[in-house]
Amino acid sequence: MIGNVIDWIGAPVIIAAVKVVIVFLVLLVVTMLVIWFERRVLAFMQSRHGPNRHGPFGLGQTLADGIKLFFKEDFRPKNADRWAYAIAPVAAMVPSFLAFAVIPIGDHITIGDRRVDFLVSDLNIGLLYFLAMGSIGVYGVVLAGWASGSKYPLLGGVRSTAQLISYEIALGLSLVPIVLVTGSLSTKTIVAAQAGTIGDVTVFDGIPLLQQVQGLFSFVPNWYIWSQWPAFLIFLIAGIAETNRAPFDLPEAETELVAGFHTEYSGIRFAMFFLGEYIHVVAISAMAVTLFFGGWHGPVFGVVEWLWPLVWFTLKVLFFVYLFVWVRATLPRFRYDRLMWLGWKRLIPGALIWILATAIVNTQGIHRNIRLGVFGLLFLAVVVWMWRGDPRLGLIKPVTRSRVREVPSGNL
Amino acid sequence: MNLEVVIFGVMFVVALGCSLAMLFAPNAVHVALFLVGAQMALALAFLLQGAFFVAAIQIIVYAGAIMVLFLFVIMLLGIDLRESLIEPLTGQRGVALGLGAVLAVGLVFVGVQGADLAAGGGDGAAALTELNQGPGNVKALARALFSRYLLPFEVTSILLVVAMVGVMVLARRISAVENDRRAGVPAAEEEAA
Repeated sequence: MIGNVIDWIGAPVIIAAVKVVIVFLVLLVVTMLVIWFERRVLAFMQSRHGPNRHGPFGLGQTLADGIKLFFKEDFRPKNADRWAYAIAPVAAMVPSFLAFAVIPIGDHITIGDRRVDFLVSDLNIGLLYFLAMGSIGVYGVVLAGWASGSKYPLLGGVRSTAQLISYEIALGLSLVPIVLVTGSLSTKTIVAAQAGTIGDVTVFDGIPLLQQVQGLFSFVPNWYIWSQWPAFLIFLIAGIAETNRAPFDLPEAETELVAGFHTEYSGIRFAMFFLGEYIHVVAISAMAVTLFFGGWHGPVFGVVEWLWPLVWFTLKVLFFVYLFVWVRATLPRFRYDRLMWLGWKRLIPGALIWILATAIVNTQGIHRNIRLGVFGLLFLAVVVWMWRGDPRLGLIKPVTRSRVREVPSGNL
Repeated sequence: MNLEVVIFGVMFVVALGCSLAMLFAPNAVHVALFLVGAQMALALAFLLQGAFFVAAIQIIVYAGAIMVLFLFVIMLLGIDLRESLIEPLTGQRGVALGLGAVLAVGLVFVGVQGADLAAGGGDGAAALTELNQGPGNVKALARALFSRYLLPFEVTSILLVVAMVGVMVLARRISAVENDRRAGVPAAEEEAA
């Protein structure tokens, strides 16, 4: 009987289902730990204690908060749109979970004669899938804003739509150079391409001086961060904006909009928004690690060889989660027009120039010196473009009074 | 019956249900949401056909960008009221019926042709099989777009850029200061510090 069912469904589907359940449960636990981690790190940075009463180091605090949220009254405002109000928290949470389907968290193990990857699905359009989940995630915020039938959430929702659409373009463009270099959209292939050390790179073959310099660094792992750091910066900035976190937390700016799009939510529905946001943080961190920091690659010692990649991956992701908290603790919120300025006038053109530079370096059939020369010029162009507003460079006149008057009055 | 048929059935019901609900829902936001649902179901249909790239683009471009802009406009303009039932154009029902009939005939024709293609009847099937060789069809699609269909592709992109620049020119608001400058009015005196 059970054998028949397995035959009908097929072993790959069952293995995938088991992976999905494991990833889901692990993510729930990870969220709990990340919330605790954020509160403790924030407290540390602000010279206070943070949650430290429940359990060792206050680890039980998030669990207690979760239980409290579960048992709170679940109410709906009178003006709210019944269905959209109910769908919004789910729509905010589910895509964040789904995005993890294409993130390779480790190498593989062999069970029987079957190779099982630590990756739910090796889609050949992995990166596009990740972007698609990001763009679906907007609906949670937009719907929550509209369906609450109240003005602050509506303003939060409108802001968030504009912000997420703008930064999604930059996020997508920052992935293109990686795809150009790897020649694949599959996350597994991208991680595999980052194996080995810098000594394996062949770009500098035939230039003795550069090759000697390369030789000095031959112990450094061959991650994309070294050659693609402009793309990484754009990815990181756009990624923080995608998660609606400080300094890009205009949709839920508590000093202006009460709590923005989730003002009218409480109890378990609010918990879903919270969960979705933290999973999204972990997902963006995991993607940054996968694309730019070699994914699960790292030194392997000793007996349990499949475990080390998991450890390295976790540590790298933890670093980025720490970075998210650090940024939140450090930077003030953007003004609305500055947010749009950064997205449209800096990140998107910068990413486009950088794509051109990467494409030229990787074009076959052009003399290498020409390629490197054009690349150098374009690289300079990206750097100047991104930082030309810096007064220390002296490229732009400081803002005078008459120019201040021209700041647009429309303020969402 | 296998899993693929089950998924197709679910997709079919969702797509049809969302499309019908879209037609009859009175609220503009709900209409947009049902359209999103139908688009997602269609993306699933593309996945079942092995067209991964098209499925992803369907979600990113249509569900993720265009529909969000629709919602943005609806929310910003506040037209989430009941739809008005007064027709501003006279005789549009007859025209709509006629055009709808043409569209239906076209769809049936394409459907029949498509069935022929799937059975290996035309050149199209062979070309499709060739395109889908290897893991995924991203590379094949790119090769087709950037070699054989390069001219239409570039012309379309120029058209889009021209349209976008046109919209920006038409929609641009000139600030009061800039307006004064153009009209030759001397700039307002700087306030004394």
